Amino acid sequence: MINPKLKLSVKIFKKGIDMLPTRQGYGEGLVEAGEKDPRVVALCADLKDSTRSNLFAQKFPDRFIEVGVAEQVLATIAAGMATYGKIPFINSFAVFSPGRNWEQIRTTIALNDVPVKIAGCHTGVSVGEDGATHQMLEDIALMRSMPNMMCIAPCDAIEAKKATLEAAQNGKPTYIRLTRNETPVLTSPKTPFKIGRAEIVWVSKDPQVAIIACGPLLYEALLAAKELGKKGIETQVLNSHTIKPLDEQTIVRAARTCGAVVTVEEHQIAGGLGSAVSEVLSRAYPVPQEFIGMPDQFGESGTSNELLTKYGMKAANIIAAVKKVITRKNG
Amino acid sequence: MKLSTQDLQKIANDIRKDVIRMLLEAGSGHSAGSLGMTDVFTALYFEIMNYDPKDPDWEDRDRLILSNGHICPVRYATMAHAGFFPVSELKTLRKLGTRLQGHPERLRLPGLETTSGPLGSGLAQGAGVAYAARMDQKRFRVFCICSDGEHDEGNHWEAVAFAGKNNLANLTVIVDRNNIQIDGFTEDIMPLEPLDEKYKAFGWHVLHIDGHNFEEIVNAVNHARSVYESPTVIIAHTVPGKGVSFMENKFEWHGKAPNKKEANLALKELDTIAKNIKKEKE
Repeated sequence: MINPKLKLSVKIFKKGIDMLPTRQGYGEGLVEAGEKDPRVVALCADLKDSTRSNLFAQKFPDRFIEVGVAEQVLATIAAGMATYGKIPFINSFAVFSPGRNWEQIRTTIALNDVPVKIAGCHTGVSVGEDGATHQMLEDIALMRSMPNMMCIAPCDAIEAKKATLEAAQNGKPTYIRLTRNETPVLTSPKTPFKIGRAEIVWVSKDPQVAIIACGPLLYEALLAAKELGKKGIETQVLNSHTIKPLDEQTIVRAARTCGAVVTVEEHQIAGGLGSAVSEVLSRAYPVPQEFIGMPDQFGESGTSNELLTKYGMKAANIIAAVKKVITRKNG
Repeated sequence: MKLSTQDLQKIANDIRKDVIRMLLEAGSGHSAGSLGMTDVFTALYFEIMNYDPKDPDWEDRDRLILSNGHICPVRYATMAHAGFFPVSELKTLRKLGTRLQGHPERLRLPGLETTSGPLGSGLAQGAGVAYAARMDQKRFRVFCICSDGEHDEGNHWEAVAFAGKNNLANLTVIVDRNNIQIDGFTEDIMPLEPLDEKYKAFGWHVLHIDGHNFEEIVNAVNHARSVYESPTVIIAHTVPGKGVSFMENKFEWHGKAPNKKEANLALKELDTIAKNIKKEKE
């Protein structure tokens, strides 16, 4: 069942559930962060409407810096501003930032250990019709492998806002993964959130599998858990929004409790949340694990639903993976 | 000028000797650019910049960003002579545990402002500091040293455009125009000329100087201070390997350190130069 302690949305599983893109929550969070701290500035590479940094630009025109389609200096101008003492948020599509400017981020933000926040918008295949070139599927791998960098994938717009506010004050280089499409708002303003702490959103008396998800696909994991529950297969669902630093304690405990794991992300299987989880569990508590994610392919044009279906990242795929991992566990 | 030309030449000569000693001890490093830019660094730290070596984070300090980080031996040596840390620490260059990393790192040594090495990223950072400083109505100047070779990098020109668009008059760039890069002469690898026209096209004010003439260096910076509508680039024409006859103008010395024999020869030549400075003074 839904974990009552987390005060999630009352509209979960209902038709009328609120639908908002995580980038919207980010945009609003950025404005609030700017209101709270005059050091917060925002930079954008000619994508202010799409990244929702336009909201900050409207509120704080003197603190918004447009750099044009130039993602490399998007990172390095921000790095300079951060060494001076500002708290810069840089905004573009994830394929370009951190995709294109990864080395600039590595050298001038991570190695310098300055508090620049990288908001990577339009992640996953659900970007849709723009096609493969704009569907970033490798960003978690890029950012979690970078020392000093934190990596967060909020599950909905409300969580994105909280993540943005907390990131603004954490004094560290931070990557926030955002999505284009409207997705179900499954948390509520009252849902506890802390960077680095995974939350168990679905609980069972005797869970057989821990489904560990990040980002909006968490809702697919809940749908899967509900469906499996009806069939007598009990699971636990974790919202592992922070891929780095990963909440190792909660994840190991989940593996211990359940004995098997399915990870879920809208990202290549290689190098994302699934890899991070398997690194921890291999060391601390190895259990059979199945990976839901992009199977080492590029995306393509299509609607987000078509693409998630084609590439196997829907509730039905999670259900199949749960059944498979149980077979492996008992095998 | 606060110091005389001879005083500055003497300091620069001492720094060149330490650069040679450091590189020999380290067994690797970049000789040509380090020696070529010694006079500019001397002028910046001993004549031009406003800073406190005992308080490297003093918030109103002038900033110096070294974009071509590989010539850090001359920066480290100049900072030591300027009082940031003991000259004796220079021999730790590139050694395990050192504060003097092979390419400079912000967190290792106070006073560096940023990490550099990968080319093309320094100017944008300087522009970021300059932009932020102007937001807060700060009066300090941001100096950025770039190599000519790194003008091959696209992101350098992104920064040039940004600084020009935003009229960052508190940003002063000095280009080490020594005509060499790793694989050969700049004009053979990827021609840069007309470099000044390119900067002008982006709205910059451009000056040309002899990078070994202290009066010209100081005058150029003063000129830049008086330009209110645009950033200024000072194209400093330098001799790579300046001061050591067998290194001068040889691109092979870009990324090489002298061996014992070469170092001894170099130090002898620099000693002779020192004596001649003394003679001129008298």
